[in-house]
Amino acid sequence: MTALDSTSVVLRGAVSMASGFPLLSGVDLELSSSSLTVLVGANGAGKTSLLRLLAGLIGLSAGEGSVLGLDLATVDRRQLRRRVGWLGHEGSFYDDLTASENLTFAAKALGRPLDELATVLDRVDLSGRRDTIAKQLSAGQRRRLGLAWLLLRRPELWLLDEPYASLDDDGRTFFDALLGEVVERGATVVVSAHDPLRSAQLRPRTLLMSGGRIVGES
Amino acid sequence: MIRVALLVAGKDLRVERRSRVLLWQVVPFGVMALLLSDLALGPNQAGHSTAAPGLFYLVIVLVALLMINRSHAIEATAGTRASVATLGLDPAGVFLGKAAALAIELWLTALVLLAGSVVVLHTALHGTLAAVPSIVVTLGAIATAGTLYGALTSGANAAATLLPVLSLPAFAPLLIAGERSFTSALHGGALLEWWIISVVALAVYLALGILLYGVLEES
Repeated sequence: MTALDSTSVVLRGAVSMASGFPLLSGVDLELSSSSLTVLVGANGAGKTSLLRLLAGLIGLSAGEGSVLGLDLATVDRRQLRRRVGWLGHEGSFYDDLTASENLTFAAKALGRPLDELATVLDRVDLSGRRDTIAKQLSAGQRRRLGLAWLLLRRPELWLLDEPYASLDDDGRTFFDALLGEVVERGATVVVSAHDPLRSAQLRPRTLLMSGGRIVGES
Repeated sequence: MIRVALLVAGKDLRVERRSRVLLWQVVPFGVMALLLSDLALGPNQAGHSTAAPGLFYLVIVLVALLMINRSHAIEATAGTRASVATLGLDPAGVFLGKAAALAIELWLTALVLLAGSVVVLHTALHGTLAAVPSIVVTLGAIATAGTLYGALTSGANAAATLLPVLSLPAFAPLLIAGERSFTSALHGGALLEWWIISVVALAVYLALGILLYGVLEES
């Protein structure tokens, strides 16, 4: 399979199974770099499963696909995971560590200089909360800490699982602005959501999912 | 691998220190289990010292099962698991780090339980001190085996009850070796031979963990 330089994701009839149960039942998808895509659908539609496939967290059972130029059929999934960033709605870090300790852990794991932490915390407006334990942060602050983790990592592919859940309007606006910047810098961003984005800042491509496949686009 | 191990061990110990579960729940549970064991032996103090090594390791196993579940619960939420997975940490390093943190927690708990065994079960102090090297190695082996089995059951339905069912058979030889070497230290006997069994078991579980932890995590 040949992937064009500007194409981050190509899936053709992608099927993913878990314990004999189909999580994805034939997904066709092509995403270019520097793009924002929103997966919309009800619970169980396959949004999170598709994100997990793109992240290398689950495998491809049938069909074919490549992510960031890596063939999903043959890739060492750890190699793929190092190039993607994941933000889940339930929190993507250690609840009993402070914001700063969480980011220090990620920075050390990635071999990044620790002096980047202050910049990243400042960017997500959490400088004043750097010593707060993660579980004591509000939902919006926790989401911003997750974003800080991703900013530190600078992944090529951002996978955000229902990042807007329980965010207020300010939180959504902040999130939209940051995602806009990330896309402008060339990253591919895929977001799952229950409803289409109501953003004045972003013009995402919206894909409708149902029954483990993409059934429409708007 | 060592860099990742130090990072993960530091993180696990920091989480444990912050949550204080070890201090306020696990250690008190161990002390209470030791006291109840003493009561169960009855009022005749003569046999308590003889039974002390077995009771010590029995309580250690109960405490270890709690700690192993704790150690893997830290990573259990789907979001944390996924985002940490995307850091691409070396699984062998993660295994060594988690096993090291667990071993340190077990050693600290054992210190309290050994003091309790001297006071409550009347084990001789010099014999108890002589048993410390073998206890250190045996608990290290329990920590490495427990980390491996914890990864196997983590995420499974009813992981908390599945863990003891799967891990106790693996712990059995360690417990026998540990109990015999503790008894030898207290009352005389082949301490070194039993200690060597624990050392070999530690080496085997370390090798298995380094080789298999990544596979278990993936599965």
